[in-house]
Amino acid sequence: MLKIQNLHASVEQKHILKGLNLDIKPGEVHAIMGPNGAGKSTLGYILSGREGYEVSEGSVDFQGEDLLEMEIEDRARKGLFLAFQYPVEIPGVSNMEFMKESVNAMREQRGEEPLSAAEFLKKAKEACKQVQLPLDFLKRGVNEGFSGGEKKRNELMQMILLEPTLCILDESDSGLDIDALQVVANGVNSQRDGKRSFIVITHYQRLLDYIEPDHVHILANGKVVKSGDASLAKEVEKEGYAFLGQDNAEEAGA
Amino acid sequence: MSEQIDQALSRKYDAGFVSDIESETFPIGLDEDVIQRISAMKGEPEWMLEWRLRAYRSWLTMEEPEWAHVHYPKIDYQAISYYSAPKSMKDKPKSLDEVDPELLRTYEKLGIPLHEQEMLAGVAVDAVFDSVSVVTTFRSKLEEAGVIFCPISEAVHKYPELVKKYLGTVVPRSDNYFAALNSAVFTDGSFVYIPKGVRCPMELSTYFRINEQNTGQFERTLIVADEGSYVSYLEGCTAPQRDENQLHAAVVELVAMDDAQIKYSTVQNWYPGDENGKGGIYNFVTKRGICHTNAKISWTQVETGSAVTWKYPSCILKGDNSVGEFYSVALTRGRQQADTGTKMIHLGKNTKSTIISKGISAGNSNNAYRGLVQMGPKADGARNFTECDSLLIGDRCGAHTFPYIESRNPSAIVEHEATTSKVSDDQLFLCKQRGLDAEKAVSMIVNGFCKEVFRELPMEFAVEAGKLLEISLEGSVG
Repeated sequence: MLKIQNLHASVEQKHILKGLNLDIKPGEVHAIMGPNGAGKSTLGYILSGREGYEVSEGSVDFQGEDLLEMEIEDRARKGLFLAFQYPVEIPGVSNMEFMKESVNAMREQRGEEPLSAAEFLKKAKEACKQVQLPLDFLKRGVNEGFSGGEKKRNELMQMILLEPTLCILDESDSGLDIDALQVVANGVNSQRDGKRSFIVITHYQRLLDYIEPDHVHILANGKVVKSGDASLAKEVEKEGYAFLGQDNAEEAGA
Repeated sequence: MSEQIDQALSRKYDAGFVSDIESETFPIGLDEDVIQRISAMKGEPEWMLEWRLRAYRSWLTMEEPEWAHVHYPKIDYQAISYYSAPKSMKDKPKSLDEVDPELLRTYEKLGIPLHEQEMLAGVAVDAVFDSVSVVTTFRSKLEEAGVIFCPISEAVHKYPELVKKYLGTVVPRSDNYFAALNSAVFTDGSFVYIPKGVRCPMELSTYFRINEQNTGQFERTLIVADEGSYVSYLEGCTAPQRDENQLHAAVVELVAMDDAQIKYSTVQNWYPGDENGKGGIYNFVTKRGICHTNAKISWTQVETGSAVTWKYPSCILKGDNSVGEFYSVALTRGRQQADTGTKMIHLGKNTKSTIISKGISAGNSNNAYRGLVQMGPKADGARNFTECDSLLIGDRCGAHTFPYIESRNPSAIVEHEATTSKVSDDQLFLCKQRGLDAEKAVSMIVNGFCKEVFRELPMEFAVEAGKLLEISLEGSVG
């Protein structure tokens, strides 16, 4: 599904990723943990193609294609989805029209007919229900005046509608209370079908109580410094990131 | 991403073709003889000629205004031809069958079918080509309702009393430089009269087209809605792509008698010039309406064309409880310059006005909102609400807001809100991450920004306006 090899990247001339490797198979859930500044969000942005990030070395293979060569929208149309940590507002553009364009862009890529308004509405309503988002959110401007938790659920709603093959969740748990966290986790779990893969980026272990990962990677100083199964997350919860050693912790905090 | 946005806006102007139609065009230049010839061409009565000449004489004493936030080389008024008409129009066609087919094709190319059977139900069209009105559709149906909708040149002959009574009452002959010029040389335009208590059975629409080179278009529109009547009027404009600048100086006068309502919508798509600012229409327009007791006038405009725009559709709220509205979307790109806004003059008690202005600037363009809200001493309880939003695309364009508020009544309430925002890289990234290309994303963001105004447009026009914005933004992102 996704194979990252020796990835080096920088933003504003700051070297952030320093030889990252990751191999994700279809249906797997990988959790990426690590201290602030370890490069977790950078990884999400580089995979989705955000401008301003420069890859100096390494390769990323996504479903047999060179991901780094693709335009942002092509990556999205080929099934890469990023749930934003801080989703931006688009005033005056309703969630409904935004998602309809988006869903139909994906369908076009797959050679399918665009959905009719009625078909789309039906799907959109189901997706809202799954993440307990009131239906009037479909009529509201994209993220316009949404609370932090509503924005996160709105991202999940979009993910469910778009049926991506690879979902990257960038701190989808941050700022959520325990109930909202469960809603988000349930949304993710409902989409686990043995084929769809997930990269769950999080600072805390608590999200992983609800979304059980197949693999946990600790990212520090731009590299995966430790990988393991779900128990690794528990260990981090108990010990903190101190075990990474002084050097890493310092650089990570820098 | 902003680099992409920056990439010069270089879309094709769809309406930029020239029609090969034999025309009768006056030599360039302007003096009293020319005005007499225009008047003679139209077989006007003496009073009309006199009216023109008086306008011309006041124009001679006036100076071209320079206060607007626009820059253009001085216009040589002696280098313009003041009259051009398709030759075949000399003996005015009585039906569409007699109209030059090339002319009909021109309008078809513009997506304005004149054949009645092809018309969208409920829209009557008056088409003005260069200096003359070509054809007005659906006239008999309108006549049944007592509605008069005809070229103003014809109204001068057929309804001289109405024309005499109202012409120049809202925009006086010597109101301003361009209005005076128009009063002297106007060649055609539309005349509308809605009798008392009549709700006009269909939308009325005029399409203006400048075809000939070196001609100016000076049309004059007069709409009178008698007591308790209602009319919705749409205006659209295009011009061929030419290297020279062309002058368009129109005057629109609206009279809303007691309890009457006029809704006036414009989609303006004159040729804007190329990306280096060569060519394009100079659009210097005076539009004003007067509201008597309980009357209402709404101006809605979507402005995407013209090299330079100077335009302030205004309302004089003379009668008590009268209402004025102004909804505007002005998009500039390339080297376009727009200085547009409105004037709301509150004279009567409890008069209300709403101003919603959305300015979008891209490329190297400059977009200014200029608005006056004036509360007169007798305007007890008058209210105004103004919302003025600017959206910037890229980092080489400008947005400017010049609100003027004058209140001479302590009970009047004036509210002004203004915002300036940018199409952000974050917004574009979100859209692209959801599979939309940059152009689609920008047009969606801009459409969202304009939503409040589009809501005010008649249905068919709202769709047209949305598409026009989309086309205008084509190439605005890489």
